[in-house]
Amino acid sequence: MAETTVDEKFEIIGCENSDSEKIVRPTMTYWQDAWRRLKSNNVAMISIVILIALVVMTIIGPHLTPYTHEEMIVEERNMAPSSEHWFGTDELGRDIFTRVWKGGRVSMLIGVVGAFVASFVGCIYGGIAAYFGGTVDDIMMRIVEILVSIPYLIVVILISVLTRSKGMGSILLALCITGWCGTARLVRGQILQLKEKEFVIAAKALGVSDWKIITRHLIPNTLGIIIVSITFDIPGFIFSEAFLSYIGLGVQSPDTSWGAMASAAQNNLMFYPYQLFFPALMIALTMLAFSLLGDGLRDALDPRLRQ
Amino acid sequence: MDKILDVKNLGVSFHTYAGEVKAVRGINFYLNRGEALALVGESGCGKTVTAKSLMCLNPMPPAEIKDGSSIEYNGQEVLEMSKDELRAFRGAEISMVFQDPMTSLNPTMKIGDQIAESLTTHMKLNKKEALDKAVQMLERVGIPEAEERINSYPHEFSGGMRQRVMIAIALACNPRILIADEPTTALDVTIQAQVLELLKELQNEMGTSIILVTHDLGVVANFADRIHVMYAGKIVEKGTTRDIFYRGEHPYTWALLSSVPDLYAENRKKLYSLEGTPPDLLLPLEGCPFASRCKYCMQICREKMPPKTDINESHSVSCWLKHPSAPKVEKPHILRRDV
Amino acid sequence: MLKYTLKRLLYMVLTLFIVITITFFLIHAIPGDPLSSLARNLPAQVKENFYAKYGLNKSVPEQYVMFLKNLCHGDFGESLKFPGRGVADIIEKHAPISARLGLQAITIGVIVGIVLGIVAAFKRNRWPDHLVMFIAILGVCLPSFVLAALLQYVLSVKFELFPTAGWGTGKHTVLPTIALCFGSVATYARYMRSSVLDVINQDYILTAKSKGISNFNLIWKHVIRNAIIPAITILAPQIAGIFGGSFVIESIFAIPGLGSNLVDAVNNRDYTVIMGLTIFYCALYIVSLLMVDILYGVVDPRVRVSEEVAE
Repeated sequence: MAETTVDEKFEIIGCENSDSEKIVRPTMTYWQDAWRRLKSNNVAMISIVILIALVVMTIIGPHLTPYTHEEMIVEERNMAPSSEHWFGTDELGRDIFTRVWKGGRVSMLIGVVGAFVASFVGCIYGGIAAYFGGTVDDIMMRIVEILVSIPYLIVVILISVLTRSKGMGSILLALCITGWCGTARLVRGQILQLKEKEFVIAAKALGVSDWKIITRHLIPNTLGIIIVSITFDIPGFIFSEAFLSYIGLGVQSPDTSWGAMASAAQNNLMFYPYQLFFPALMIALTMLAFSLLGDGLRDALDPRLRQ
Repeated sequence: MDKILDVKNLGVSFHTYAGEVKAVRGINFYLNRGEALALVGESGCGKTVTAKSLMCLNPMPPAEIKDGSSIEYNGQEVLEMSKDELRAFRGAEISMVFQDPMTSLNPTMKIGDQIAESLTTHMKLNKKEALDKAVQMLERVGIPEAEERINSYPHEFSGGMRQRVMIAIALACNPRILIADEPTTALDVTIQAQVLELLKELQNEMGTSIILVTHDLGVVANFADRIHVMYAGKIVEKGTTRDIFYRGEHPYTWALLSSVPDLYAENRKKLYSLEGTPPDLLLPLEGCPFASRCKYCMQICREKMPPKTDINESHSVSCWLKHPSAPKVEKPHILRRDV
Repeated sequence: MLKYTLKRLLYMVLTLFIVITITFFLIHAIPGDPLSSLARNLPAQVKENFYAKYGLNKSVPEQYVMFLKNLCHGDFGESLKFPGRGVADIIEKHAPISARLGLQAITIGVIVGIVLGIVAAFKRNRWPDHLVMFIAILGVCLPSFVLAALLQYVLSVKFELFPTAGWGTGKHTVLPTIALCFGSVATYARYMRSSVLDVINQDYILTAKSKGISNFNLIWKHVIRNAIIPAITILAPQIAGIFGGSFVIESIFAIPGLGSNLVDAVNNRDYTVIMGLTIFYCALYIVSLLMVDILYGVVDPRVRVSEEVAE
């Protein structure tokens, strides 16, 4: 390119075709941006890997050993971890490795299904209350208020006593009956706030239909906190299941769960601490991974943190 | 006139995940005793960061004051003060009124206590004396029934009232410098004038120097002695209020002036609005930062930062239009008008 | 304020009434009756007397009215499993033990948690912060019964510092209290940390800083006072958590409290005891919710006003 003369440089060219209005940074949708931030969060990514590993193991784990979860080998009771029994055996001579993954299925399923069902119910309930507002909202929230003023474990205990069955179904029912209240309040609060936001009012003023407001504005802006609350609910449900199994209201032998295994191992703690160690480790790992993932998701999905 | 504050080559950067945001890029200015100086510019041009730097209030990290920066207060280097010196400096010598009175007051503390706090710290008054003084201050800023109001909480006050309380807090220890960061932006138009009037009154009465930070040139016309126009972390034009309003030289100053609504204009047109947004301070700046939005942009503007040109001893501008080779442009109508 | 408190009290009573009603009808909806297994082998006459004694020969609504009447007199009925043991007596005898443990745990949990959270926030990204967050994460992912077992194993079996189980001296309360409050410590530390970090970025902290007040005053009057407000909201679920946790912890440490009684009752299908204790726990929980609300009003002046306006 030829050297421009000084005078040429001082010719007014104006800003007509300049790109001052163009936004310099690449645009990203909310979800792309959230995913980018989640990916850059090492702790959250490790948590995801741990969770995937745990889920895979609960699926294939019981098939990796020649034993079944209910098979008792009388001669091999209370064996320490060895090449034959990787995690040892329990007081009835059952292989702990097999049982941990078998029990993990129950724990994981209860955690995930419970959290999703509870969140689903909570979303619909909270959404309806917030959307209709007024008396409907008043009554619906009063009901929630009464429900949450009962210590939830008492409700869970009561339901499990009532249903008398000790399967996964009744535990799930018991946990879900109170589990949705938190989500309902959360969703209601969020939607009430959103309803007052300028962009929703603007959409209304422009004559956008209710359906579109719900699907375009309310749901996308609530989804973030719902996802985060589900991630935090899952360890809560796993914990509750462990707790119920622990006090004898959960899954019954020979079926098992991590809580039930921990409970059974408690009696032998002084002599065979590894029997408690493995199920406790699995509970801790799962709860840890979900909690850290929840933290990461909360940071990633918080629109205030977008930059 | 003697300088009470002298800022030299002040640079402030913020370290964010995306890189270094150079919010303030080497600015120089001074403040005389008893004077009102206005820093004017769009949001994001670095004026608030500048104001906070004067009191070392920017959170560090992520903020960083660049090497070579200097802020001298009465000959003392503010940037080198120890924590204790800084505490004794803040509130007593220099204080600040913030933009949003709704969030600038502690919601869990009584108004009286919030005013008395700096009095007990700096003037060594006991609680009783401090509260008495707080009542006086509240009366002074025009809050009725001050005696009872010192026991109220901030949420019981309206926005304008809260800003008055903020002013009372800021002026409680009779500081030499008051920094007012957009003190009227969050207020109703009718209240804005009252608050400015109050500031002016107090300035005259107490001899305080004021640095007024604002984006609204309309606000400063009757308030400031001198005006500095900031753009993208730099001061692009300095001058007395008359210089800027009647003899402004920078196209950005013209744009700002044109966007002040004028009720008395003879031929009322559509209100002027400046197209575009300020440059992204994350990116390195080559040439004049205003080039991409400037009607009078030249090739040179995109390539090199314009040097400072002194027009007279109080008035200077950084613009290539002042270069001898540059074409003469007609200044916009708004400047030639006599008020 | 008085009107508001009265309204709250009314809601409390209403809630409790609904809880009692639901519990009653749920228990009575169980197919068969609670006595059937106990009375299976008794002669018909004895059986009838037995049923009459518990009022089980009357219709369910009648029983309900009777139950409410008795309840008003503080009579929760008698244990089915251990005839002669009144539920009210059980509560009277065992509640103080649970109360001591619970109060100890919640006080220590909240105070330690808050202090740790504040320390972590102010030493952000330095070792105290990492240490506190490590404890917090541990507390979130370790179920209390696992922690209890660990404590028993390490501190009492290996090092013999504390008794393994039982109740009596202050030393007996140490391990169960730690096991109970660890979760609260963790939750509070995390919560307080983020709350303090949130407050530090508020405009009024800048105002306070610009006044040049001392660091102590800044932290105490401006940061902590405001950061504690949101922390009060999670007090209620924490109390509920400690109630729940106490069921297991009391069983593990063989503490004769209400929680272990409830667990026993659940295992024994002792319906009257379950019911009595459920009602008692709910009442306690509702009262503590009210106290949390009142505390909220004390700490946050804005709540006081909005309540007055709401009237």
